[in-house]
Amino acid sequence: MDRPPPKGASLQLAGMTISVEHSPVARLHDAGVAYGRRFIWRHANLEVARGEFVVVLGPNGAGKTTLLRVLLGLHPLTEGGVHVLGGPPGRVRHAVGYVPQRRTLDPDLNLRARDLVALGVDGSRWGIALPGQAPRRKRALVDTALEAVGATAYADRSVGHLSGGEQQRLLLAHALVTHPRILLLDEPLASLDIRSQGVISALIASVARERGITVILVAHDVNPLVPFVDRVVYVARGSTVSGRTDEVITSETLSTLYDYPVEVLRDSRGRIVVVGLDDRDSHHD
Amino acid sequence: MVHSHFTWNLVDDWQQFTHYGFMRHALLAGGIAAVLCGVVGYFVVLRGLSFATDTLTHVGFAGASGAVVIGLSPVVGLLGLTALMAVALGALEQRLRGRDVVIGMILVLTLGLGLLFLRLYSGYSNETYALLFGAILALSTRDVVVVAVGAVVAVTALTAIFRPLLFASLDDELAEARGVPVRAVSTAFLLVLAVAVAAATQVIGALLAVALLIAPAATAQRLTGRPGVSLLLAVAIALAVTWGGLALAFWQPHPASFFITSLSTLTYLAVRLLTAGVTVARLRPAARIAASAEG
Repeated sequence: MDRPPPKGASLQLAGMTISVEHSPVARLHDAGVAYGRRFIWRHANLEVARGEFVVVLGPNGAGKTTLLRVLLGLHPLTEGGVHVLGGPPGRVRHAVGYVPQRRTLDPDLNLRARDLVALGVDGSRWGIALPGQAPRRKRALVDTALEAVGATAYADRSVGHLSGGEQQRLLLAHALVTHPRILLLDEPLASLDIRSQGVISALIASVARERGITVILVAHDVNPLVPFVDRVVYVARGSTVSGRTDEVITSETLSTLYDYPVEVLRDSRGRIVVVGLDDRDSHHD
Repeated sequence: MVHSHFTWNLVDDWQQFTHYGFMRHALLAGGIAAVLCGVVGYFVVLRGLSFATDTLTHVGFAGASGAVVIGLSPVVGLLGLTALMAVALGALEQRLRGRDVVIGMILVLTLGLGLLFLRLYSGYSNETYALLFGAILALSTRDVVVVAVGAVVAVTALTAIFRPLLFASLDDELAEARGVPVRAVSTAFLLVLAVAVAAATQVIGALLAVALLIAPAATAQRLTGRPGVSLLLAVAIALAVTWGGLALAFWQPHPASFFITSLSTLTYLAVRLLTAGVTVARLRPAARIAASAEG
């Protein structure tokens, strides 16, 4: 990793603020989300600096996707504050690229890969695309995005026929096509084989570094991301913990967070195994 | 039915074909409905709304027969009730996804209501027959105008929401994140669909309307992955089967609706069989080599 970890990042339990640097790209301040009376999580504090690679971890149903939806401006906070790029979330949509959690696309869906990416450029505009200057500009943007993720070879193939890894690249191209400053990725590695997980992780990291994009990525398993991640946010049992990987993913922190004995093991290659969570996970679902 | 004989003198045939006012009305209204159904059908297939569309046609039947009972024009009831159901489906769409049971029950309930209304009206089995199976050869000038106005409104609305609708049809979460008002767009589309259902019902009847709305678009989508091309192809196929069906019905003593639905489904079947081979060959080069070695 050729980028130093952001200065000042440190482990904080819920309720305390983490300062990283001035003018954060995304900021949560004592934030909480409730469905009805039950809080999914609360007292969340987070400041993400420009160019950071943040991985959000936690058991199913802990509210990781909700966290992304809050940052997208699609879900309101019940309490506290949120700022994205210095304003309310959802204000500058083209500056935020999003890849939602995904089941694979319908194999019968006959749509060219490039048309899927192109919708990232003008899919939210009313009317139909008119001939003129715009189509050429759009095509250039789409080609650049496809190239950035290495999807040029199957740009004209039908998305339904592509593999999971290829579809994931396309969705990444879709998110990148407007040259966003933040990427929000929801489980982009789910349903990929181990090799593709590594390839896609490296791809996301390299594109983000090249373009100075801040990444907030929700994952189930931190291992494929360990070489790239600056900071980990752990969401569990209604609160969040944030810090460097080796600070957060420790037996002590996770045991406190879960209020349950948890053991974190590391193998010879630095891979992380969290033991003791599985029983607990199933009760959360 | 007119007893005309096909002669191979195509000029003569064409003059016969277009000689009668009812035939010109049929060609015109059928053509307009076909264009509308081709365009709307593209999104019906893309959004997986075939079953919901079929249900809307039955709702339309109940609406039309209900309108007749209370002394209104069937078209009013047809459009009114399908539009109302479209709004209801739009409000429920998130929760209805994959809920075939609910949609299926609406379908049988409305079909039953339609039957009741017809009995209450007691009489005019011709009208019943026309509603269920279409009466394309018995359209008045007013019917043609109604279909035309509906089509212009629907196509204009669809043009206005085209890109957000395409976006939301592919992935509503992605579209929502980019600021598309997904629910409003979806409801607007269902209203357009209600108009298309009404137009198709006039042409081939409530029970068969779904054929024009699904088959041409599904056929086109098997042939191309370009949205614009697919849409135009769907329109072309819908026009071809509608006019083709009318021509066959002109020279053969069988109902136009039968020919239109048969042509639609046969075209789909043929294309499906052809493209199945293409897809296999493209995905698995080995299979293609094996096939060519055999041949």
